[in-house]
Amino acid sequence: MKKTLVFSIVALSASLLTGCFGAKETEQTAAEPQIVNVYSFRQDFLIQPILDKFTEETGITTKVIFAKKGLIERIEREGKYSPADVVLTSDFNKLLQLKSEGLTQTFDMSVIESDVPAKYRDEQGHWTALTKRARNIYASKQNVTDQDINYEDLASESFKGKICTRSGKHPYNLGLIASMVAHKGEAETKAWLQGVKDNLARKPQGNDRAQVKAIKEGLCDVSLGNSYYFGKMLTNPEQKPWADAVNILFPNQSNRGSHINVSGAVIAKYSPNKANGEKLIAFLASEKAQQAYASLNMEYPVNPSVQPSELVASWGEFKEDDIPLTEVAKHRTTALKLVDEVKYDL
Amino acid sequence: MPDLALGKHSAESPNSPAIVKSKSFNSIYSVKAFLRSFKQAKLSSLLVATIMATPLFVLALLAMIGDGESFQHIKQTVLADYIINTVLLTFFVAVLVLCIGVPLAWLLANCEFAGKRFFNWALVLPLAMPAYIVAYTYTDLLDYAGPVQVGLRQWFGWTSPQDYWFFEIRSIGGAAVMLALVLYPYVYLMTRASFLEQNANLTQAARMLGASPVKSFFKVSLPLARAAIFAGTALVLMETIADFATVNYFAVSTLTTAVYDTWLGHYDLASAAKLSCLMVLGVLSLLMLEHAQNRNKGTSNDAKSSVLEINYRLTGWKNWAAFSFCGLVLLLAFLIPALQLALYAVNYFDQIWSSELATFAKNSFVIAVITAFVAFSLALLLSHNQRMKSHAWQSGSLKLASTGYAIPGTVLAIGVLIPLTFLDNWVNDLMVYAGYSPLGLVFSGTVFAIICTHLVRFTAIANKSLEASYQKISPSLDMAAKTLGTSERKLMWRIHLPLIKRSGLVAALLIFVESMKELPAALLLRPFDFHTLPTYVFQFASDEQLELASLGAIMIVLVGLVPLIFINRSIDHQ
Repeated sequence: MKKTLVFSIVALSASLLTGCFGAKETEQTAAEPQIVNVYSFRQDFLIQPILDKFTEETGITTKVIFAKKGLIERIEREGKYSPADVVLTSDFNKLLQLKSEGLTQTFDMSVIESDVPAKYRDEQGHWTALTKRARNIYASKQNVTDQDINYEDLASESFKGKICTRSGKHPYNLGLIASMVAHKGEAETKAWLQGVKDNLARKPQGNDRAQVKAIKEGLCDVSLGNSYYFGKMLTNPEQKPWADAVNILFPNQSNRGSHINVSGAVIAKYSPNKANGEKLIAFLASEKAQQAYASLNMEYPVNPSVQPSELVASWGEFKEDDIPLTEVAKHRTTALKLVDEVKYDL
Repeated sequence: MPDLALGKHSAESPNSPAIVKSKSFNSIYSVKAFLRSFKQAKLSSLLVATIMATPLFVLALLAMIGDGESFQHIKQTVLADYIINTVLLTFFVAVLVLCIGVPLAWLLANCEFAGKRFFNWALVLPLAMPAYIVAYTYTDLLDYAGPVQVGLRQWFGWTSPQDYWFFEIRSIGGAAVMLALVLYPYVYLMTRASFLEQNANLTQAARMLGASPVKSFFKVSLPLARAAIFAGTALVLMETIADFATVNYFAVSTLTTAVYDTWLGHYDLASAAKLSCLMVLGVLSLLMLEHAQNRNKGTSNDAKSSVLEINYRLTGWKNWAAFSFCGLVLLLAFLIPALQLALYAVNYFDQIWSSELATFAKNSFVIAVITAFVAFSLALLLSHNQRMKSHAWQSGSLKLASTGYAIPGTVLAIGVLIPLTFLDNWVNDLMVYAGYSPLGLVFSGTVFAIICTHLVRFTAIANKSLEASYQKISPSLDMAAKTLGTSERKLMWRIHLPLIKRSGLVAALLIFVESMKELPAALLLRPFDFHTLPTYVFQFASDEQLELASLGAIMIVLVGLVPLIFINRSIDHQ
């Protein structure tokens, strides 16, 4: 029995030690009033420079946790003691999910009314978009002359064996497919998706940049990708040749416009520092932060008074698909099912 | 295994015959027998096993409450493909790790050849590499746009993919090779330790009876190392089943893909939990199979009664063959990816150097040391209890405490998160009720949660390793010790522990290194602004910017080196 005791004590004390160690930290943060806690689906290195500007301006310290999976469950389970103030997402579905799971609260929208157009804010005041990006078609300079391509065209015979994309289940592709369902209905979208799959040059793999690289190498002629990747590739010496091999095309310009996705923010339901959270969101929507988003991340600002960066602006103005994001989000599950049904990724 | 707790048995036995007599009491008897067996089982074992299995229970509960709609959808569409992929992947990985690990273990345990001292520890290095990082580097090298294929095209004047055939790295085969290159050290380390612990007299006897070295290997050494080989392979397979990062990068859809699809795609954590539980059941049946296979094959050794070491001195072509084999494995599994990372690190040093890296390394190191120490202690407790009273409860709890390893990392983290947040809420409610200000999330919001998850996941390694090692200690030793009046505790400290020291150190090393590179738990459960090396690496790797992740990845390897060298020395110098 003694040895059992010894073991239990050793195991327990080791665990407790670390437990207490950590506990002290949280206690201190709880006592410190001027902070804002951020749960982020976007990588730290993307948002940190902008958060630093916020701290510089307001004196409020930001604390960040970044993860791609499970943050929603974490907030949900932490319940009323959750330290989360602001949640930053990289796509609109997460915004709506957070709201529908009851993990958000309304916040004062009056401060950001002039900064964020109404269509990029929740009607009930639970979330706001912060940046937007188009889902572009990247086309080989060498082999594709037609500059006016619709998403629908990707299923046509002329692109047989010439398309590269990432996984159909990636949120960015799901968003596009869901918008197709919203516009064209389920049956037509399924036929279209099957057509795109049949045209693929290779099994879906890699990220959006990897598809442009594949075009440069001659594996395929067209790919799907978010707009900001083009800017990021152009400014990365190693990836510039990839970007130089393609044209960035804005699809469906002669009809409904290009599909738009947004990143955004919410205030967590049990936010302990709500006032600071509101300040952070207001700051993120303000001209200064929007400028930073535009120049650092090559995204389109939602704030109409802020211009895209010079580089992004050089790709030209384009027509956005005006369908409400909430409408698109309704068809997300259908889109996901279609991807499995046509075995897009297999 | 003989029952050593004779005293307690005889004390209770007078009651049972009376009950057996009457048939109508059969059911009562079985209940009583059940209760008695429960009583006899060591409580500590049950307690530890229950705690270790809590996340699993939580997931099983979750699985039951959902309507499983998305499970049905997946079943109707893609599940069959996923299962086939998973089976193929695990099969290929198993074959590869056996073909790499066992010969290496034998060469380094029993032969003398050029570079042996170096290979002895260097061949463990690949373990310190996160599999997905190795996958990234090889994809950079070998895919269509990589330097190898570009070079070939220039050399032969090919212009398009239709002109030639080249191995598709992003495939099941590719994923199997990557996983095997990183995971073979499990089989290598455990098997080598087992070869070293074997009684050389047995091999000597075989040789004197005229068996060739090859024959004595197959007839004596290999059967004796069986438990260790199986243990190593089982661990590799569990890790393969739970892997997501590598297969996802290689666009190979496996059961983990289904788990994450149902959870993050269909917002159906219940179906994801259900799939995870099915995977665990698969693993459990694998472990049962092993148990059934091993039961009737007593492979216990008498303690080393000789100082003899089997030592074949390899000369001529054999020497070179051994050297080349070890060299090739090391080159493919470690040197090539490490060099690639080092090149990136040098080229991008200005962009990626951060003074905080030292803090991240310290965080990872502390977590890994605590995990390794506690996991080893817990496994020793479980194995020791199992040894003292071989019992369905004991071996059951041992198995139960080993299943966490096969659950995909983030899902397991959720399984830990749920009970810990529950506990946190309860504690805080209590504080508030008692009139104090709430304490905050002391369990789920701290390093404690990360260590818990690592423990649940990695105690399996220590369990498997120690179990295999204990089996080799002859029961006659225990009896002799008992006869001389040794207490159970002394038996463990003075007799068992020295005999299993090698395997124990190996297990601790494996857990340390695994814990160093483990990502999902640290990523999801960490406190604010808290980084470990893997979470630091991941934020760049998840953006497929391997060049920015390179320095962090190299540091994972370097920190992993510290105990590696230390432990290897003590394995060799016993």
